[in-house]
Amino acid sequence: MTADAGLRAPVRIADDVRVPLPQLTADTEFFWRSGADGRLRIQRCGQCGRYAHPPVPRCRNCGASGPGPAPVSGQASVFSFTVNCQPFVHWLPPPYVLAIVALAEQPDVHLTTRLVDVAAEEVHIGMLVSVVFERHGEVYLPLFAPEGETNGLT
Amino acid sequence: MDSPDRAEHRALISGVGKSQVGRRLGRSDLDLTLEACDRALADAGLTAADIDGLVAWPGEWPAARGFCGPALGRVKDALGLELAWHAAVQDGPGQLGAIMSAVMAVASGYARHVLLYRTTSEASGQADGGRDTTSPFDVVGVTGLQEWLRPFGAVSAAHWLAQLAQRYLYETGATREQVGGLAVATRRWATLNPDAVYRAPLSIEEYLSARMISTPLCLYDCDVPADGSVAVLVSAAPTRADLRAPVRIEAMGSRLAARPFWDQWGGPLDLPQRDAARHLWSRTSLRPADVDVAQLYDGFSILALVWLEAAGFCDPGQAAAFVAGGKRTAPGGDLPVNTGGGQLSGGRLHGFGLFHEAVVQLQGEAGEHQVTGAETAFVGAGGGPLGGCFLLTR
Repeated sequence: MTADAGLRAPVRIADDVRVPLPQLTADTEFFWRSGADGRLRIQRCGQCGRYAHPPVPRCRNCGASGPGPAPVSGQASVFSFTVNCQPFVHWLPPPYVLAIVALAEQPDVHLTTRLVDVAAEEVHIGMLVSVVFERHGEVYLPLFAPEGETNGLT
Repeated sequence: MDSPDRAEHRALISGVGKSQVGRRLGRSDLDLTLEACDRALADAGLTAADIDGLVAWPGEWPAARGFCGPALGRVKDALGLELAWHAAVQDGPGQLGAIMSAVMAVASGYARHVLLYRTTSEASGQADGGRDTTSPFDVVGVTGLQEWLRPFGAVSAAHWLAQLAQRYLYETGATREQVGGLAVATRRWATLNPDAVYRAPLSIEEYLSARMISTPLCLYDCDVPADGSVAVLVSAAPTRADLRAPVRIEAMGSRLAARPFWDQWGGPLDLPQRDAARHLWSRTSLRPADVDVAQLYDGFSILALVWLEAAGFCDPGQAAAFVAGGKRTAPGGDLPVNTGGGQLSGGRLHGFGLFHEAVVQLQGEAGEHQVTGAETAFVGAGGGPLGGCFLLTR
């Protein structure tokens, strides 16, 4: 599976929705800004080719320096999930579906995310999903939707 | 048999103390802490003048209201302690890593009697609004482990561990009805403990009809926020003759090999709890079958299930079957678990309440919920990226 040069994931503008955003650091900034061009990027080692997440300044597999951001397909499968029913925070009322997704390119790379465009009762482990970005200013949160729901360009 | 090359054999648990524990007590965190410390000192037969070390978990830092308890300096000042050494230990092999650091201070000869406390007033802190609405992360930007969770709405440990529970059910084929046996059995212990927060009997039907918090975790899979404090005293082994009812530390487990994140685990046992338990059993000739009482972290029921498997009390994938029916871990069962009501029914004291209960059981002073003849206790605390455990003997 390779990242199609022409494929871009949709970006939804949510600048006005205040959610807690990450501090951008030298290690992590690329990840959080990656959706600006509709592409998910995961750190990948130029020597051994392994992806790593969360990002670190050198390859945690082979120790090579300077692993860089690599575009990935944005496709993943649901490793686990939960439907939140409790009103924990004012900025995100229940119900909503959280998931740990496993990257198609390397399934031991997991992302915690929120699933969108899917009914909670349809979510299952192994479900194929694709990235869709939600823009909050300079940060693009990689959310995921059932595959096929977002493959078209917006 | 004590061996002088083992750090844990050069130290003793010399006393434990627990404050009043409950919902919204209307008392300050320092007030609760001093009550727990006084009781631990009395339990050990020591006075504040004997104390030369002070440890806190987690210490004071910007967190949700009521989470941290009083800073070290406030407790030192209030008790009038003269300290050779002090530290707040938030990070480490689970919450009980703070006790391990006290053991190491004593074992190294640097201090003789280390007082250690964990105090929470989370029940009061959450009284006037939902929890987490005031996280300091929301102002300064999210960092650390939460950077990968909170922006998506995964703001509660319930969210992080619900996904462990979901994966556990998927991989093992276990059912919620089986898992519910743990909460039912734990409540049976709580009915025997006047200090537990929830003491009314709980049926499996009530468990199955309870509202969902975050699927598959229902209300009774989640522990109860509480106000309360636990103090533990760790003393140098040569002071044994001065102590009222000390308990031996047979072994500790603190190894960390798994990736310490909330979402990078590969399966329900690919976790620091497994590493810590293996470490512990490598440091003793005792085996899981020798354990008379087990205190297993139950901030969420799934964590106690993971501990049952990680510690070898049952085979991998069999913990739900083990607790099903609410018999084997209940009073009279073959493995009494969380004999004071755990955190599910006894209140969330972040593993220190479980440690307190283990020590009291070995002292033979647990009253109505005493396990007759308890000589060996396992305590495992932590979940997700955290795990640490103790094997204590009389």
